[in-house]
Amino acid sequence: MDTRLSSEQQALVDVARRLTERLGPDGVVSLDDDDRVARLDQATTEAGWRRLRDDDGDGRPLASGVEAGIVASALGQALGDTALFGPLLAADLLRRVGIDAPGAFTVALVPELSSLAVADAGRLPAAVAVDALGATSALALLPDDGGFALAAVPIAGTERSFDLTRWVSSIPAGTELEEIAGSRTLTGDDILEVEAFALSLASADLVGIMRGALELTVDYAKSRQQFETPIGAFQAVQHLLAEAKTLLEGSISVSQHASWAVDALDAGEAREAAAVAKAYCARAAIEVCEVAVQVHGGYGNTWECMAHVYLRRALLSVSLFGDDGVQLAFLAARRMGV
Amino acid sequence: MDYGDSPEEGAFRDRLRRWLTEDRSWSSASSTDDEYWTRQASWHTALFEAGFFALAWPKKWGGQELHHTFEVIVDEELARAGAPPKPSLGYLIQGISRFGSEELCDRFIPGLISGRDRWRQGFSEPDAGSDLASLQTTAVLDGDEYVIEGHKIWTSYSDVAEWCLLLARTDPDVPKHRGLSVFAIPMNQSGIEQRPLRMINGVSNEFGQVTFDGARVTAENLIGEPGQGWALAMTIVAFERQPAELGYVARYAKTVSELEGDVRSDPDSTRREIAEHIAWAHVQSEMLRLHVCRRLSERLDDPDGGVHGSIDKLLMTWTEQSVGQAARHAAGSATSQAGGDSRLGTYLYSRSQSVMGGTSQIQKNIIATRVLGLPSN
Repeated sequence: MDTRLSSEQQALVDVARRLTERLGPDGVVSLDDDDRVARLDQATTEAGWRRLRDDDGDGRPLASGVEAGIVASALGQALGDTALFGPLLAADLLRRVGIDAPGAFTVALVPELSSLAVADAGRLPAAVAVDALGATSALALLPDDGGFALAAVPIAGTERSFDLTRWVSSIPAGTELEEIAGSRTLTGDDILEVEAFALSLASADLVGIMRGALELTVDYAKSRQQFETPIGAFQAVQHLLAEAKTLLEGSISVSQHASWAVDALDAGEAREAAAVAKAYCARAAIEVCEVAVQVHGGYGNTWECMAHVYLRRALLSVSLFGDDGVQLAFLAARRMGV
Repeated sequence: MDYGDSPEEGAFRDRLRRWLTEDRSWSSASSTDDEYWTRQASWHTALFEAGFFALAWPKKWGGQELHHTFEVIVDEELARAGAPPKPSLGYLIQGISRFGSEELCDRFIPGLISGRDRWRQGFSEPDAGSDLASLQTTAVLDGDEYVIEGHKIWTSYSDVAEWCLLLARTDPDVPKHRGLSVFAIPMNQSGIEQRPLRMINGVSNEFGQVTFDGARVTAENLIGEPGQGWALAMTIVAFERQPAELGYVARYAKTVSELEGDVRSDPDSTRREIAEHIAWAHVQSEMLRLHVCRRLSERLDDPDGGVHGSIDKLLMTWTEQSVGQAARHAAGSATSQAGGDSRLGTYLYSRSQSVMGGTSQIQKNIIATRVLGLPSN
């Protein structure tokens, strides 16, 4: 056992941090800077980050869950308003059915966002294409002989979601599907592994969000003065921030393990590790972002303060493939038969 | 990044697993029961003799010279077998070995590691808890011996210890942090009176109070230099705050697994929210296990473990108290019985984790000022 990042992984952390910090939004106004969003999108494409789970030629992904998690975390920290989660999951699904189709794909989820959308009698119920910026179609599951095939639905236009840094597209019930003719179908284990990967990415994104929100808030607590004293000198404020820092550290530990487990453990173990990570990071991230809003005081409750942008992004990532309650129910069923 | 076993780690795990299956002399008591404290000495000896204790320490002291990461394997396998956790002594060795002379270390550490000598820690006093440096126990030089007067509390292994690592004031004329020294004092002498402390869950074998009234200790047993006591005590406390040193991960995983087992044997009569409390305790217990893996791996770069002790202590506290809450919910109607049951004992015991080894409030002060760099108030 040696859970430290390799030197290549550490280098990826540095590159991803630099790039997302340079091209991510530096304030609420800059969220509407279309040129900047386009530059971040282009840089992300050039870095190859959305291709990390493409086939390496032998049926395996180009990079492990750890590398994907590093990039997800960097984007979360910088509130990077570009697509990653959707394209990476789509690539993971396509690789599993043996297709090398570099298209602009994301995934279609059920309206609660807790799982992949599944076609029923050849028709797709209402669904949501998440993380859809730049995507032209979304992948859904098509039941096929005890397993699943993949189907694509076209995306008819995207809008910014409640999370101001990511885009979605609603897919109306009954939208026509186009089956993707892969060389294999997805098994139950494939679905567990895809879910494990999705949850590990969402957890890594939440870790990044917590890092960013905490950094913003600690800086503010050092500079904002009341009673002629920086508010960060008051114990009541210090304890909120100390708890937030501690939650972040616990989250890093579960999230890194879940990212590693994606490719290193068997499907069931990886899915359990992902449930542990997501349940922990979901609760921690909401708490940390709420502390960010609170410590910023009145300003923290205005649109202008970035604290709510972190909270909004956290709320979406918490929902992706199931929040803490969904994960605890999964663990209770699996470990206790309840 | 690899959480899996190397071939060497795998072989160690297999050997430990075999030993735990074959040698069933251990009882499954947890450190929250009096039975555990009664049998703790024989469990310590058994673990040491089989080569599963003090893994990272030099062989000349009875250690195995393995990397700290092997400790995770011990915690995991003890929990898996339902065995008691390992004795928590590593932090005393960390303190003594960093400050004591080579001669002193060679004299004391082997007995501490093998379990031949029982040690306790004499730091806190009735009037010196969070403000430890204000302690009033005195050590006055008389010839080549120090004479000790004072009152210590929260001394563990109270009734069986042969040695006490005692923090006492040797110089009353300098600022409070600078006048302290640490001694290894033998407990079997007149002038020392011990009384057990009964905790809220009824256990009385873990903690005690000690009165020193003219007890004597040779000046040779002073660890480090006179006046180094505060630095030594803070080193010990920093390691005592690290779950990696304490082996509590095994205790939490064992309790969670017992609670899960109860539900599994009768899932239909378990309310969903109780199962979810237990699932949350599992999440916390796994978090702590993985966090210890991460911290012990970091020691490959930084043997001192940096300034993370207070963060790790808080994570450990939250874990213990989540497990305690799950036990409380699972116990349900046992509250109507006179003695309750062991799950209620687990809950009550968990409340002490946010106090002992430094309160959660003190940990948050340390994290805020020393980790986050917020201004001191």
